[in-house]
Amino acid sequence: MEAAMGLMRRVPPKHTETALSALLSLMPHHSSDLLSQVDQPLQVLCDVECGKEFILCEYNRDADSYRSPWSNTYHPPLEDGSVPSLKLRKLEIEANDIFAIYRDQYYEGGMSSVYMFEDDNEGFVACFLIKKDGSKTGQGRRGYLEEGAWDAIHVIEVGPEEEENTNYRLTSTVMLTLTTNNESSGTFSLSGSLRRQMSMRLSVADGHLCNMGRMIEEMESKLRNSLDQVYFGKTREMVCTLRPPSEVVQMRMPES
Amino acid sequence: MAEEEEESELSDKQKIEIAKWFLLNSPPGEIQYVAKDVKSILNNDDLYNEAASDAFPVYNKSHLISLQMPDRSGDVVVTSFGEVDGNAFLDPRTAQVAIVDHVKQVCKEVRPATDEELPSSFVEEFRCSLDAEILKYVEEAYPKGVCSVYCINGKDVEGPGSDFELAAVISAARHSPQNFCNGSWCSIWNILFKYDQQTVEVKGKLQVDAHYFEEGNVQLDTKHECKDATFLQAPEDCAHAISSIIRHQESEYFASLEASYLKLSDSTFKDLRRKLPVTRTLFPWHNTLQFSLTRDLSKELGIGK
Repeated sequence: MEAAMGLMRRVPPKHTETALSALLSLMPHHSSDLLSQVDQPLQVLCDVECGKEFILCEYNRDADSYRSPWSNTYHPPLEDGSVPSLKLRKLEIEANDIFAIYRDQYYEGGMSSVYMFEDDNEGFVACFLIKKDGSKTGQGRRGYLEEGAWDAIHVIEVGPEEEENTNYRLTSTVMLTLTTNNESSGTFSLSGSLRRQMSMRLSVADGHLCNMGRMIEEMESKLRNSLDQVYFGKTREMVCTLRPPSEVVQMRMPES
Repeated sequence: MAEEEEESELSDKQKIEIAKWFLLNSPPGEIQYVAKDVKSILNNDDLYNEAASDAFPVYNKSHLISLQMPDRSGDVVVTSFGEVDGNAFLDPRTAQVAIVDHVKQVCKEVRPATDEELPSSFVEEFRCSLDAEILKYVEEAYPKGVCSVYCINGKDVEGPGSDFELAAVISAARHSPQNFCNGSWCSIWNILFKYDQQTVEVKGKLQVDAHYFEEGNVQLDTKHECKDATFLQAPEDCAHAISSIIRHQESEYFASLEASYLKLSDSTFKDLRRKLPVTRTLFPWHNTLQFSLTRDLSKELGIGK
């Protein structure tokens, strides 16, 4: 398992799906570990009842079917598929509505799905998913990207209420690829994946949605910022180490 | 569940194919680390050795890795242009053939090249002048660069009247696993000397890769092709003109990479996710109750979507 995770740290992020399915076939007895530890680009299915697409993940899966957050039914149909309690389902519906507005403000398109389910210790788990195709043939408004995909997975474990406070534990993963292509500079492609955690103890007075929303917003901004400033920055630094910009070369060798 | 159906055993051949895929997709300078993990997952030395002996030579050649020759006469570049046979590679500068161990990525020994392995003295004059010019440029532009120039077509041309082709390769690699960062710059220049047109055609393929993996996995890969031409002249003048073309094209390309990075945070990245919402303020989570009230209201009144 350690070796498998080692490989996933080195495989080009754009090949994550191929790598995961290769590992699953090589190590079938580790399949549940692999599926829970390796995040892969999000898939979607169409809810036949309301003609709207929803995002798939481990949290809305039961056997080989996935529950749609829109109609609360499984696709393909599944008898006795587990569904959240009425109370939690109400929160789930509300979360989907509000998160869709949040998503549209930051992503200018894309799609989102939120799933909730009760866990064993009196709390619940909420999973917020966002998928955006930012390519110029997709929903890239500015048309810069030949290819552009952003997948975000936020899983929040919400603890039981204690004296009007609740513990929230958020685990977020972002996977992205972006490729530009033009005559003068050829193809330029960056791809990556990051996973971070954050825990907070918050008053329930503001409501769960408000607390979870703020945590996700803060985390997404942090991840976007680290990708932009740190991770992309480090690859740029590497390029400049390989071939220092000409000003540096001139500085090192003053004109004789 | 789906994964249970896949539990049917893979054939040895399929396992080798998967192992090769992982090895060939190793980032620059990381194939040995990948090999270690692949070996432990396969848990079968015979299968691993077969995969490694297939994958390493391909990886070494496509990444233009350079290996130190044992007699301290410099580095030999592992490239198909210099391939004499599977593990023997010509180093034209020293007129030696280096015997390499692909999997260990070392050069074991060298032997002098035979006359048949080297170009005619007429072609050699062009090759040698160009090698000297490019070497000068590479030492200046790449702190850890190596380069080599090969004759890849018409090496037996004895004098003016026939076409021949040289290939120049430039490779710079930087591995700093302690800083979680590796990268490589590879350029391949095909240089066709055309006697009838009295021209020299220059075609380049450039490729830059970088990997940063401290608590994450982010990779850059870029590819670019370009071409240019100059007049056929005396060997030294040709060498000078060709190396100026290469220098110019490579610095243009470097500038375009910098430009791509600059555009990234301002514009390109925005098409995936904005830094701030269209409203330029954080999302009003505390007002979300309003949103849902509005929704309920619109539902009751039968307005909205």
